[in-house]
Amino acid sequence: MKRNTWLIALLPLGLLAVLLALIIWSKPADAIRGDRKVPPVERLTFQRVVLEPGMILATLLNDGPDEVTIAQVQVDDAYWTFTADRGQVLGHLGRTTLRIPYPWVEGETHVVKVLTSTGLPFEYEVAVALSTPGFNGRFLRVFTLIGLYVGVIPVAIGLLWFPLLSRVSARGMDFLLALTVGLLGFLLVDGAAEGLEAAGGLPESFQGTVLFALAAVGAYLLLDGVSAWLKARRSGPERPGWVLALLIAVGIGLHNFGEGLAIGSAFALGEAALGTLLIIGFTLHNTTEGLAIVAPLARDKHHVSLWELVKLGLIGGAPTIAGAWLGGFVYSPVWSVLFLALGVGAIAQVIAQIAKQMTRGHAPSGVLTRGPVLAGLFTGVAVMYVTGMLVG
Amino acid sequence: MFRLDRRSWFQATGLASLAGSLAAGARLAGQPGGVPANHASHNPHSMGTVGRVSKETFDPVRYLRSWNFSDLPPAEREKYYRETPRPDGTLLREYEIFAVDRDVEIAPGMFFPAWTYNGHVPGPTIRATEGDRIKVTFRNLGTHPHSMHFHGWHPPAMDGALPGQEVEPGEMFVYEFDADPFGLHLYHCHTVPLKRHIHKGLYGAFIVDPRSSSGVRPPAEELIMVMNAFDTNFDADNEVYAVNTVANAYMHDPIPVTVGRLVRIYLVNLTEFDPVNSLHVHGMFFDVFRTGTALTPSERTDTLMLCQGERAIVEMTFRYPGEFMFHAHQSEFAELGWMGLFKAEEARSET
Repeated sequence: MKRNTWLIALLPLGLLAVLLALIIWSKPADAIRGDRKVPPVERLTFQRVVLEPGMILATLLNDGPDEVTIAQVQVDDAYWTFTADRGQVLGHLGRTTLRIPYPWVEGETHVVKVLTSTGLPFEYEVAVALSTPGFNGRFLRVFTLIGLYVGVIPVAIGLLWFPLLSRVSARGMDFLLALTVGLLGFLLVDGAAEGLEAAGGLPESFQGTVLFALAAVGAYLLLDGVSAWLKARRSGPERPGWVLALLIAVGIGLHNFGEGLAIGSAFALGEAALGTLLIIGFTLHNTTEGLAIVAPLARDKHHVSLWELVKLGLIGGAPTIAGAWLGGFVYSPVWSVLFLALGVGAIAQVIAQIAKQMTRGHAPSGVLTRGPVLAGLFTGVAVMYVTGMLVG
Repeated sequence: MFRLDRRSWFQATGLASLAGSLAAGARLAGQPGGVPANHASHNPHSMGTVGRVSKETFDPVRYLRSWNFSDLPPAEREKYYRETPRPDGTLLREYEIFAVDRDVEIAPGMFFPAWTYNGHVPGPTIRATEGDRIKVTFRNLGTHPHSMHFHGWHPPAMDGALPGQEVEPGEMFVYEFDADPFGLHLYHCHTVPLKRHIHKGLYGAFIVDPRSSSGVRPPAEELIMVMNAFDTNFDADNEVYAVNTVANAYMHDPIPVTVGRLVRIYLVNLTEFDPVNSLHVHGMFFDVFRTGTALTPSERTDTLMLCQGERAIVEMTFRYPGEFMFHAHQSEFAELGWMGLFKAEEARSET
């Protein structure tokens, strides 16, 4: 670029810097506040609360614009001693962990209340107090087991329908693909609802909703790119079903990672008192995910090896284990939002792919109103809904 | 060589691993484990506030034993309190009281935007003898209308509560009445909204001693205690409870008393939002003179309950040396700051 072009590019930036300096120097906000004693805007968010024997550890984030000073701490309406590892004065986005030596009671509810220098209280409820697992072999095993039960095994069982699928007619195939869309459509709505709910709980500075939307769109576009690349590179036009199955597996894998995070953190935070019903629910629910992965394969007249099925199963199911680990040991709600969003984007992309395959050469409205397709869509959503009731 | 202690014996017999797995199993099933895992330390001192308050503007220890501005140096005191003998042997007691907005430290590092009499909560203790003339010049230096409403005999014009009796910011009013009857009373702002004007801190103790013709109270170590509370987020629920404003103040600075010597507490309840407050003293019993209007006790107890505005004179004698806890017997109030200690010491031998 010429010198002139550089100048034109940098001039507005320079002016912006001058403006910022002016704002900092003249403090127009103070002019609005005036001499009146306007209390500071105080906003503290609990990031993570961990229970150790005889100890509560609470990590707090100052999410507000002004400095916040933590003055006192109450546990269950009693003032309690504490230490703060990074001090009691938190600037914007400052973070500190409070160590509160409190004899909490296993299985009961405790409320931690932090009071600022102005006496403003911020509360966190530990619904069911359970020792937060440390990163040790036993809990690694437990979380792996949960991941296997909830993610890997059900998906693998679903994959076992493959031999059946390869024998169905064209009408049957329509039904199965529509069924897959129904299943995925449910996951799309479910994941979006869950992700947006988690996004709403994030500190405002993290802009949860925007984060969610961008991650979802990003995942969609990324998977679009990956699918184009896969089609161009490896399988050739004779195996569109394999590419689709792979994409579905990736989408479901991302979704399951988000789900694993949720399960792991729920256990870690003692929110889910490890209901067996919850695990059974997830297991049934996720079996249908295996079905969704293999349905497009039935279209290929190509032979599918066992190893390929195992691969699909692992891609779709194994992230649950990783998610449960991450959720159990280093949980932060931001990760939940991020991965649920990635799952939503990926699933949306997969739905679009399947729809494209189904409507190839036909008007979309004509395809959608076919009997087997309608039946498949309905069945897919219904199966997810009913098994979902066990989880909810 | 190896030491054979209990632990190694357990290990040797394999009992430890069995006990361990039982406990782990119980924990996994969400039941209380067989081991008290959560009770690593039951340090009683881990309950309570952290740090200390600044005593520059208000010292709870000094407040206990001051009245009629006796905590001020004489020259300074004269600005706020003067006494003039009257022909009948009584005194004219003149007070300068002002209302002012002030942030007060109610727990270490926690500041409450209070409305105060003379810059602190509770306001200055006013003490007179039965039959004395009280003359209070009240100036409102605050930002809202305020008043002073005394409990005791007075004509309606001196009530401070009737419509039109509020003192506007920048204005003043002189309250004048006789100290009557003898007993323990109180004063507070009676401007509406009443709840806010009281819980913001506009109150204080008003003691009227009996004239000798009515009888005398025996000499004692005298302590003034106003039970109060603060709603820091204005949701009609208190975050801090205390006696004399500062949470746990007397846990950090135990009140020194002498074994075998009479201690008299002037106890006033000005807690807002909660219907009652109470006093419980450990390891002893005390005599109660409700409202202080009689010289014979009405009951002997170790737990006394008072409604808002109710007050009582409490007399006790410590039998043993050492630390004696006192607190509200509503555990909630006690754990939110209304707890302190007496430290009883043997009398030093007179030489």
